[in-house]
Amino acid sequence: MKKFVYLLIASCFLIAPAVFAETAPPSSPKVDTGDTTWLLISSALVMLMTPGLALFYGGMVRQKNVLGTIMQSFIALGVITVQWVLYGYSLAFGPDIGGVTGSLDWIGLRGVGLDPHPDYSPTVPHQAFMIFQMMFAVITPALITGAFAERFKFKTYLVFLILWATFVYDPLAHWVWGVGGWIRELGALDFAGGLVVHISSGIAALAATFVVGKRKGYGEEPMPPHNLTMTLLGAALLWFGWFGFNGGSAIASGSLATSAFVVTHISSAAAALSWMIFEWRYRGNPTALGAASGAVAGLVAITPASGFVGPMSAILIGFVAGVLCYFAINLKMKLRYDDSLDVVGVHGVGGTWGALATGLFASKTINPAGNDGLFFGNPSLLAIQALTVLVAWIYSFVVTLVLLKILDWTMGLRVSEEHEINGLDLSQHGETGYSF
Amino acid sequence: MKKIEAIVKPFKLDEVKNALTKIGVQGMTITEVKGFGRQKGHTEVYRGAEYTIDFIPKIKIDLIVSDELVPGVIEALERAARTGKIGDGKIFLSPVEEVIRIRTGERGKDAI
Repeated sequence: MKKFVYLLIASCFLIAPAVFAETAPPSSPKVDTGDTTWLLISSALVMLMTPGLALFYGGMVRQKNVLGTIMQSFIALGVITVQWVLYGYSLAFGPDIGGVTGSLDWIGLRGVGLDPHPDYSPTVPHQAFMIFQMMFAVITPALITGAFAERFKFKTYLVFLILWATFVYDPLAHWVWGVGGWIRELGALDFAGGLVVHISSGIAALAATFVVGKRKGYGEEPMPPHNLTMTLLGAALLWFGWFGFNGGSAIASGSLATSAFVVTHISSAAAALSWMIFEWRYRGNPTALGAASGAVAGLVAITPASGFVGPMSAILIGFVAGVLCYFAINLKMKLRYDDSLDVVGVHGVGGTWGALATGLFASKTINPAGNDGLFFGNPSLLAIQALTVLVAWIYSFVVTLVLLKILDWTMGLRVSEEHEINGLDLSQHGETGYSF
Repeated sequence: MKKIEAIVKPFKLDEVKNALTKIGVQGMTITEVKGFGRQKGHTEVYRGAEYTIDFIPKIKIDLIVSDELVPGVIEALERAARTGKIGDGKIFLSPVEEVIRIRTGERGKDAI
């Protein structure tokens, strides 16, 4: 750990002179203040999703693990921010090498200044685009933590964060969003991160449940959520932040941002309803946890489609997302996997549905820069979407599996049995969440 | 002097308290407790995971009263705490040897 910290500090010094040498150029007149305002606000909205996720997850674990769970999300803001500045942004969005990765030309944000970037943000300072994308890079690995909640070693988690961001998130972001990235060149549509954020984290979660294993006592002793009001508050913050996540992905203020904002809300609402209705029908109660989970599933599903579909399509996408994800988490119970907080069921399944739904419902009348989906007379888009879903599934699954195996052999993934029984709060952080 | 312990449904606490103060009971101690009897627990379902909750929350009321108040107190407790459904709780009655008021040192009935 110490070595790692020294390395981190040393690399800051190595990169710093190059960065300081480049005095920030005066902002160019091409900058649109309205667009910039919206993108900066969106960045702040997406930032808030990570603490929101921390509360969403924190409420669902047992009391003894509340801080440990919250920390796994919260600290991603620290770790990934630094990683993104040092080299993550360059790997994801830097000048393309062969369609598979960004180069290291932009390490330490060298050359990422206050002028607009002609491809990524033609009317907004490049740094605004960079920090907006940073917030996506932060929340994505945090989403995975729900799969191994209540048993993962914090020290190993910090290393996992860096490795996963470097070898899964950054390459995928480049393929899908980077200029020259091969999935982007293929014509696949992923407006705000169905592949990059939700399938990647949801499938990484699937790999993690295999490698990390079940919680001690899973299936034998009750492990009910300890504070669902916290979970509902977290879901509300996620919903709120998602307006920036999807609306901001227009990288401009105006009609496209509005359309994405509107369909995001509609899908979430429809999915909250459908999950609640189906749970009511099959389990007898319309639960608050079900409504909150449905809302998140709806947000996940509309994410890749949000810049390409209209309001009625959004109702359908959301409604189906709520049902699909509800049945997916019930299937997990039957298969006895301990994906503790249902990352696979919500993000993996919801993200996959969203990516495919984009191939069904996308319409050029909504976004001329997009494409038409199957229901608008173009079946080829659905094929491209399905292919890229498959690629994202396989890539995220295999690389995550390898990374976790290596960490298992070298550092160990799980806390000791005694620590697991006593809880992560005391064993990993030396504090307790509540004293009243 | 008798000690009366009553275990009642939490939502009945206010009614029970009012019924007892009305007949002259001057103090009581309550505790939030969990347990089960014939009512057993219940099941809760969280995202498809079903948990049986064995211990259900109840309120335990402790009273020390002089012998002549006992029948009235029991009658008031039964009346106020009863819903007629399973899980209404129980009343336990036991003798108390001595009561001491710490402030004045009074003993016995005067200290209640």
